[in-house]
Amino acid sequence: MMKSKIGGALAATALATCMAGPATAADDTFKIGVITFLSGQAAESFGVPAWNGGKLLVDMLNEGGKLPAPYDKMGFGGMKIEAVIVDEAGGATKQVQEFRNLVQREEVDAVVGYVSSGDCLAIPPVADELKAFTILYDCGTPRVFEDGSYEYVFRTAAHATMDNVSLARYLKSRSFDVPSFAGLNQDYAWGQDSWADFTGAMKQLYPDAEVKTALFPKFGAGQYGTEISALLREKPALVHSSNWGGDLQGFLIQATARGLHKRAQLALAAGDHVIPQLQDKMPDGIFLGARGVNGLAAHARGGELKELTDTMWDAYEVEYNTFPVQAPFRMWQALFGLKTAVEKAMADNGGTKPTSEELAAAMKGLSWDAPSGRIEMALAGGHQAIQPNAIGTTKWNADAGEMELVDVEYYAARCVNPPEGMKSQDWLAQGFPGAECD
Amino acid sequence: MRYNLILAAVVAFVVLAAGSVVLPDWAMFLFAMALAKGLVCLGIVGMMRGGVVSFGQGLYYCLGAYTATLVANNFGVSDIFLLTLLSAAVCLLVGMAFGPLLSNYRGIFFAMLSLALSMVLYGSLSKMSFIGGTDGLNIAAPTFLGWAPEGRALQTALYIYVVAIVVIAGTLMRVYFDSERGLITLATRDNELRVEYLGASVRNVMTYNYVFGAVLGGIGGTIAALALGHVDPEFAFWTTSGEFVFVAILAGFLSVPSVFVAAIILELVRSFSNLYFPNTWQLALGIFLLVVIIVLPNGLGSLVKRRKGKAA
Repeated sequence: MMKSKIGGALAATALATCMAGPATAADDTFKIGVITFLSGQAAESFGVPAWNGGKLLVDMLNEGGKLPAPYDKMGFGGMKIEAVIVDEAGGATKQVQEFRNLVQREEVDAVVGYVSSGDCLAIPPVADELKAFTILYDCGTPRVFEDGSYEYVFRTAAHATMDNVSLARYLKSRSFDVPSFAGLNQDYAWGQDSWADFTGAMKQLYPDAEVKTALFPKFGAGQYGTEISALLREKPALVHSSNWGGDLQGFLIQATARGLHKRAQLALAAGDHVIPQLQDKMPDGIFLGARGVNGLAAHARGGELKELTDTMWDAYEVEYNTFPVQAPFRMWQALFGLKTAVEKAMADNGGTKPTSEELAAAMKGLSWDAPSGRIEMALAGGHQAIQPNAIGTTKWNADAGEMELVDVEYYAARCVNPPEGMKSQDWLAQGFPGAECD
Repeated sequence: MRYNLILAAVVAFVVLAAGSVVLPDWAMFLFAMALAKGLVCLGIVGMMRGGVVSFGQGLYYCLGAYTATLVANNFGVSDIFLLTLLSAAVCLLVGMAFGPLLSNYRGIFFAMLSLALSMVLYGSLSKMSFIGGTDGLNIAAPTFLGWAPEGRALQTALYIYVVAIVVIAGTLMRVYFDSERGLITLATRDNELRVEYLGASVRNVMTYNYVFGAVLGGIGGTIAALALGHVDPEFAFWTTSGEFVFVAILAGFLSVPSVFVAAIILELVRSFSNLYFPNTWQLALGIFLLVVIIVLPNGLGSLVKRRKGKAA
């Protein structure tokens, strides 16, 4: 009995070994593994638009000459970009396994991925163990580099503290009166951390504001009747929410039906990505951020980066018939960063395909332009990016039939991100020491 | 019989351990994870022999993983043997606390109660932001009696460790399945009343099966946590438990090695469907499960039994 089972195991092993040998990427191709949500809760709002944007950019880069300088050179330093896509759904266990498969079986040259904070915490130790150059492109938790330090891991997007500091600053700079506020956030690490960041920032800027209530409905709850009743009864001047995806859509539709947005100001930390779905059902006068100068705020910004932003924006609109929200912006800033790092490493090593070590050395402390603004790897010894942020107010343009962002305030990266060597929570608690705001 | 079993165990160990030489890095990791999960499934198979299925083995898988992680992070213990023993002990205690309660239930009630217990742990861990909440915690690579390997050596050491545990646990469970109590379990599946009339305590047997399942779950969880370097409450989520049940169903309750073969097959199918159909890998996995259930209703183990034409 046991022996034939062993036979089975051997057959499985043989099968696995046979399937294990895909062609190693040649020197004229740069192979990236991309991990993003293609199914589940975070797919529609983050994963799919992010990779739609990524795919578009990879195609444009492979063709060459489609983007303004310094991104007009073909591929990554002349190498054609090849992408292997993996679904992020399935939990951290599966992701660690898939990460190893990408690096050891598919032999990718770099990994770009992860929306979920849990995955972002699980992957870095493995990346360092395998010496695999890895870019975290979306996830928000400050813990990645505040609790650990890694050689081969970089995050090209600012962490989540920025979102809520900007929101609080927006209220202050517009002299918005906040005698009291309440929160409605998803009951998991992201929601709890966002609320902690927001209350921390508000304690500094509005020390007298009273916290009415902090509600934590279940992640993916969909129904917010009870919470909306509680918010209407407590009558806070402002309601903060870091909800995203279907949860945010559900909350907004149900809250506007009951007039919550008329009785309290809604402030959404990551609210832009539901606009394409909600359209005019998104109420006017909502304060919202896009976790960076992304989406509508980037389009409205103009300035030096206008050409780059508009090129990406227009290409995306033509290809997908909707405007790019925050997720494709973060994918773009990751890929532009990777391109800059590859080309910098190649300039240093004489033009050969860079190794992980060379890539990591090139990426450390790097800064580059992205459609979302200037990205600087300024924290965690050059491994964690800071970027400028923007908060605006929604306004439906009935003539054009599209949502606009008005009264947009732009915040310099060093105004809303903690300085090097300081943990986010300490920075909030001490009243933003070292913040450089104009 | 005993002699054959020991011989089979030695052969199994040698063959599996040979994997550390022939397998590429990614496959060795995949096999190690599959075998660790296979241990949890072996516990379910033990209960399945008595006609009950626990939908909550994630409870022990998670408990083992968190015990190891918290002990490692707070007390600086990194020895894999010590961590495994500690997790097994914790799961043994918890299993002994819930075992007598659950042994009164059968069918859907047993499944749902065990599921409820694991979801309580999931919910509690998700709320505890001081140990990472839903984001979970990292755990450093283990040491082996003071030896701290890195890279391929670490993977090999972990793999050999899990192979050794799998062979030992598999052999012990085979001995248990063939023992008096193990055979009573099998008889309970057919007719509980008759077993009681013959003077055996069904409750007692069920408790034993549950406790063994708990310990195996804890060991599986510990190894998985050490191999992954990360734990999160998802370890106790019902989908994780569901996966274990699936492997148990895929394997059937007749053969011990088939449990581990089933676990490896599931991991391989998942990994490759994820690579080749990134948008529809769940569909591919679902079709695979469906085919197996239709073609082999008694699991992989039934293939061997049918050919040999005799019962366990």
